[in-house]
Amino acid sequence: MRFSSVTGTHSPRCAPHGTSAGSKAERSDRWRAGRRPRLGYGAPSARGRNLLTETRDETPLLDALRGGDERAFARLVDELTGPMRRLARTFVSTPAVADEVVQETWLAVLEGLDRFEGRSSLKTWIFRILANRAITRGQRERRSVPFSSLFDPGPDEPAVDPDRFLPSGYAWTGGWAGFPRAWDGIPEDRLVSNETMGVVARAIEALPPGQRAVITMRDVQGFESREACNVLGISETNQRVLLHRARGRVRRALERYFDDRGLSASAE
Amino acid sequence: MDEHDSMSCHELVEAITDYLEGALPPADRERLDVHLAGCPGCLAYLDQVRLTIRLTGRLTEDSLPALAHDELMAAFRTWRSGRTT
Repeated sequence: MRFSSVTGTHSPRCAPHGTSAGSKAERSDRWRAGRRPRLGYGAPSARGRNLLTETRDETPLLDALRGGDERAFARLVDELTGPMRRLARTFVSTPAVADEVVQETWLAVLEGLDRFEGRSSLKTWIFRILANRAITRGQRERRSVPFSSLFDPGPDEPAVDPDRFLPSGYAWTGGWAGFPRAWDGIPEDRLVSNETMGVVARAIEALPPGQRAVITMRDVQGFESREACNVLGISETNQRVLLHRARGRVRRALERYFDDRGLSASAE
Repeated sequence: MDEHDSMSCHELVEAITDYLEGALPPADRERLDVHLAGCPGCLAYLDQVRLTIRLTGRLTEDSLPALAHDELMAAFRTWRSGRTT
């Protein structure tokens, strides 16, 4: 049972990571969703202190919560609810059901807070409760695929259409038949426009749940790979395969969009 | 061309996530770096992937409706009073 316990698995806090997306500061920005009404996408919020990501030592926060500090709880709810809702949406049918799962998760967090042992970070622990509940709920709704295949990468899916590479028999077998087009000349305001961000959002919504959950945690919410694995109960290898496929699909959606709009340029 | 030493473009695009995740074995990482240094197509591809990741990171979250927030705060006060009394 991958989800048998929300507190039972040891999880090192500090996962190694490569040269992947975003700086630490950018990542912590993403947690500051706040209660201001937002569109589904837009610029990251202003930089500021963040209880969960700025410091590895969660003791003061835990002490405040356990001591009944209402403001500490309100702040935690404000910071995490948006990301929790987005992840829950991956597994259940409607935004309303996702909100219910988020609400139930917070109640479960309160119930379990005194027993939380700090073997994973508080954030990871909360998200694991959320993922368990959202997946269970999704199964009950029979919306999502069977649990056993939720994180199954499925058959091979090339990141790039194989026809774009030279077949065997050429001097450059496996080389590009035509180079991918360059995106570095696209003006920043076009890159971050609502239209472009809509392309990204729709591509992610169309992903199978496992891929969607992984890219949401890693690239939207800035979780470390170890944390995402812990929350979703999957191996590092499995997580990387799902991330690779998810990024591949989002990239292809952007490529179609930029090429259709004539925004990309020759890379040669 | 020794297939054990060189990496094809096709192979590179499938290894790109492991590369960015720091999960590629050192020998493969070196083959990939060597390939990148001489291949404008794969450099453009890597730029595309990096930009895809950056744009995905700009998606933001909705906030919880005020009603649900108020309920949670009430639940917190109930929880607190249950512990301190």
